[in-house]
Amino acid sequence: MRFIKNRRTLITGASFLFFLLLPLIASALGDAYLVTLFTRILIYALAAVSLDLILGYGGMNSLGHTAFFGTGAYVVGILAFHIQEETLFLSWPIELSGSSNAILVWLLAVLFSAFMSGLIGALSLRTTGIQFIMITLAFAQMLYYLFVSLEAYGGDDGISLWARNKLPIFDTADDTSFYYLCLGFLVIFVFLSYRLVHSHFGRVIRGAKQNLQRMQSLGFPIYRYQLVCFIIAGAGAGLAGALMANQSEFVSPGLLHWTHSGEMMIMVLLGGMGTLIGPILGATALLLLEEFLSVYTEHWMAFLGPFLIIVVLFAKRGLYGLLTGKEVNDE
Amino acid sequence: MKRFLLIMIVTLAVLFVSSPVYSADAVKIGMVTTLSTKAGYLGEDIRDGFKLAINQSSGKLGGVSVELLVDDDTRKPGKGKQIADRFIKRDGVKIMTGIVFSNVAMAVVPKVVRDGVIYVSPNAGPSALAGKQCHKNYFNTAWQNDNLHEATGSYVNEAGYENVYILAPNYPAGKDALAGFKRFYKGNIAGEVYTKLGQSDYAAELAALRAAKPDAVFFFLPGGMGINFIKQYAQAGLNKSIPLTGPAFSFDERLLGAVGEAAVGVINGSQWSADLDNPANKQFVAAFRKAYGRTPTLYASQGYDTALAIGAALKAVNGDISDMDAFRSALKKAEFASVRGNFKFGSNQHPVQDIYVRKVVKGADGKYTNVIHKKAFTNHVDAYASQCKY
Amino acid sequence: MLLFIEQLFNGLQLGVMLFLMSAGLTLVFGIMRVINLAHGSLYMMGAYIAATVVQHSGSFILALLTALAATALLGMLIEVIVLRRLYKRDHLDQVLATFGLILFFNELTRIVWGRQPLFMDVPGWLSETIEIIPGAPYPSYRLAIISVGILAAVFLYLMFTRTRLGMKIRAGAANREMVAALGVNITLLNTLIFGLGALLAALAGAMAGPILAVESGMGESILILTFVVIVIGGIGSIRGAFIGAILVGIVETLGKFALPLLLRLMLPPASADGTGASLASMSVYILMAAVLIWRPRGLFPAHD
Repeated sequence: MRFIKNRRTLITGASFLFFLLLPLIASALGDAYLVTLFTRILIYALAAVSLDLILGYGGMNSLGHTAFFGTGAYVVGILAFHIQEETLFLSWPIELSGSSNAILVWLLAVLFSAFMSGLIGALSLRTTGIQFIMITLAFAQMLYYLFVSLEAYGGDDGISLWARNKLPIFDTADDTSFYYLCLGFLVIFVFLSYRLVHSHFGRVIRGAKQNLQRMQSLGFPIYRYQLVCFIIAGAGAGLAGALMANQSEFVSPGLLHWTHSGEMMIMVLLGGMGTLIGPILGATALLLLEEFLSVYTEHWMAFLGPFLIIVVLFAKRGLYGLLTGKEVNDE
Repeated sequence: MKRFLLIMIVTLAVLFVSSPVYSADAVKIGMVTTLSTKAGYLGEDIRDGFKLAINQSSGKLGGVSVELLVDDDTRKPGKGKQIADRFIKRDGVKIMTGIVFSNVAMAVVPKVVRDGVIYVSPNAGPSALAGKQCHKNYFNTAWQNDNLHEATGSYVNEAGYENVYILAPNYPAGKDALAGFKRFYKGNIAGEVYTKLGQSDYAAELAALRAAKPDAVFFFLPGGMGINFIKQYAQAGLNKSIPLTGPAFSFDERLLGAVGEAAVGVINGSQWSADLDNPANKQFVAAFRKAYGRTPTLYASQGYDTALAIGAALKAVNGDISDMDAFRSALKKAEFASVRGNFKFGSNQHPVQDIYVRKVVKGADGKYTNVIHKKAFTNHVDAYASQCKY
Repeated sequence: MLLFIEQLFNGLQLGVMLFLMSAGLTLVFGIMRVINLAHGSLYMMGAYIAATVVQHSGSFILALLTALAATALLGMLIEVIVLRRLYKRDHLDQVLATFGLILFFNELTRIVWGRQPLFMDVPGWLSETIEIIPGAPYPSYRLAIISVGILAAVFLYLMFTRTRLGMKIRAGAANREMVAALGVNITLLNTLIFGLGALLAALAGAMAGPILAVESGMGESILILTFVVIVIGGIGSIRGAFIGAILVGIVETLGKFALPLLLRLMLPPASADGTGASLASMSVYILMAAVLIWRPRGLFPAHD
């Protein structure tokens, strides 16, 4: 036990140290692109951790998680759009303009994504199993087509941002600063999630994944617990979306396409479901694999597909499980 | 398990040391284009056309050694942006080209030209980049997006059609297409329909179209959507009674192979055709057929012209691109023999060129192709040039 | 009015296509409890194989038969190699592994057949139009699709109610442990059902070939609609799949046609068309969400 625990601490510490030092490694190698690449990795890691809260801990197999990622991104995009066009976001009942204030915009992105996940979760959680997978997929598709049809905001072409949202003191336009900002958010979110899953709340949620009926007969209002979990995950994805919009300075409905949800699920699975470090490793591995394979072959998908199947069939515990030799879900 | 772990780690490690090594003196040109997805053949033709120009002068453009870096944006704007980032930050690229789709261009181009990179578009020509958001570092060697629709509109107008049914997907380029058509077509609109992007079955639209009894149809449905539409149009028996028109994007030579007989006789607007009678074009079509075993499409011709344009500018500055101002002015002169005949850049650095309408025919070899039907415009300038202020 | 009836036919034609897709998938769902995203890939493979055979032989019937046989074999092969290992796993694993299959097959078609779409024409004897209702000529090929779809539905109905195999399958859908206890070879039965599903998907794909572009990724748009059908109809129920398919086909087709017209009564034409088009593209998803909220197990759940 002690050995396993040590290994776990070691891996968590080593990954943290690696992410902390990465900008230094990049400048030593003279490759500024690495910072950009790893900023994306951090952002997807954040999204994957939030997805794992519902997949791995809550047992809610959502195939529509990207809906909240996209919502967060679009909050940033739409508010920036009104600044760029110098128009009002709302003229009635009160006058609201766009904004490029990061604190305000990101907070709104999180709140609005949480609101959307509350709405979608409240309806979807009435179903379970395959129906739940399908209804979350359907809601994500609905939002996808909604954004495609929003002509004022570029429709299918999306919105190109002219600059990142601004923070006082901190220079978000600088790639290294932005990288550390994303790292900070990831660490905070992982920490909060850690507290969450080890709380009373977390035990109920995990209990419901193991045996829904038992938890229900014990008198827990499981529906409400699951809904709160779903909303927290949605908020996390919304934050990741807002950061992504800033990193790439671009939003489009493509962010809400169902295959994007599939990619996030792959990250969780690849890294190790039901762990908090796993999804981070998974996001890193998948994005690096994509970078790496696409340089060598245009047909990299033909390799990724079978690789994925092999991981599902034979390496279910993911990278984290392999590294720690630990069973999933026994934290 | 152990082995699996090992493979993963080795993979990641290899990635870190795998920054490819290039020869130091060659000028690097970064090509972000669409090679995968069902629209992948467009990027493939642009790339092959571009490469043909390089190979014809054994690795050089304008007498200067060039290194072409190509990557696939998978038609996703975010991915395109990522690749552009890598070309600029890792490879130090100063000249970029290749983007096929306007939405990818709108995500990538404004940022890279602000960062001091020269971007020469071989295909996408969104209106914003031709007008309000034009930039001194942005050049377009293909067309402004509306041009081919305008040419078709002008032809339909002159041919005396009075009641035309128009149709495009529900996205910005679709709206622009119909606006471009209506800029030159003055008759009545029998119906204006926006379909779902990526839609495959047009039975409902075709039924409504038949009921509206138009005397001609104009449609803009790029890629697979167009194939479906033309096939279903013929199956509904409409091609016998109502003539079909559109821009060249649904009638390139590779797509015609998938449509077959159903497209014969269709009129489409294009700035280039394989049968254009000038020496540069004859040489290009023959060389392309020899190199790749297929007839070039307009995309290939645009890729080839882009390479020639960059080559001419490289020649003028002797391969020295440290002085960007000199390179930019050299590029603007467009001193190359375009395969489409007359070519020069207008005030917004978009082409001023002749545009034709072509007709789809079955060639002597049994393959379907286009022949020039009529010239629609001479030295056509796009509608947004006046809005462009540097 | 004429137009309305014609649009009903179009909805019916989409409906029977969806039925062919969903019949196989709903059985796989219902009996093996496996969620198979790669069903759309079988549809695509059916279309590719049929298009290839037509190009080389010129015979549509031969192409159809080859596509059916080859895809059914391919389906059984996938079942034996991949799917079989997923029966006892949770849905998430099934989603991910079959997502991997989609990526693989999409790329495979690009490697084997190249990037541009394949050409496939309607057979000459079905290329005319017929005036079923005077004044509205309708493509005979689409009528043929409707007929084949209805024949397939009748065939499945007879198979499930009149044959031993059909009864075993139905029993399996209701209670698989019981059937296994009765000594039925479940492993073989599963493979056969999967083959049947693949065969129906290939039938849909091969028939869609002449109408649609045969291209990589063509399976995904119909796949999502198929899921909508199954969830609406109730998992594991052939009857549910049939009614769900016709419902979705008609809602999708009539939505595109009627919503802009309805909105024009309230809005200026340009914005009515835009809003109508976007509402229409969301309509089936709204329908599905509504059905699930009203009846979380679908209209005709096979078991509970």
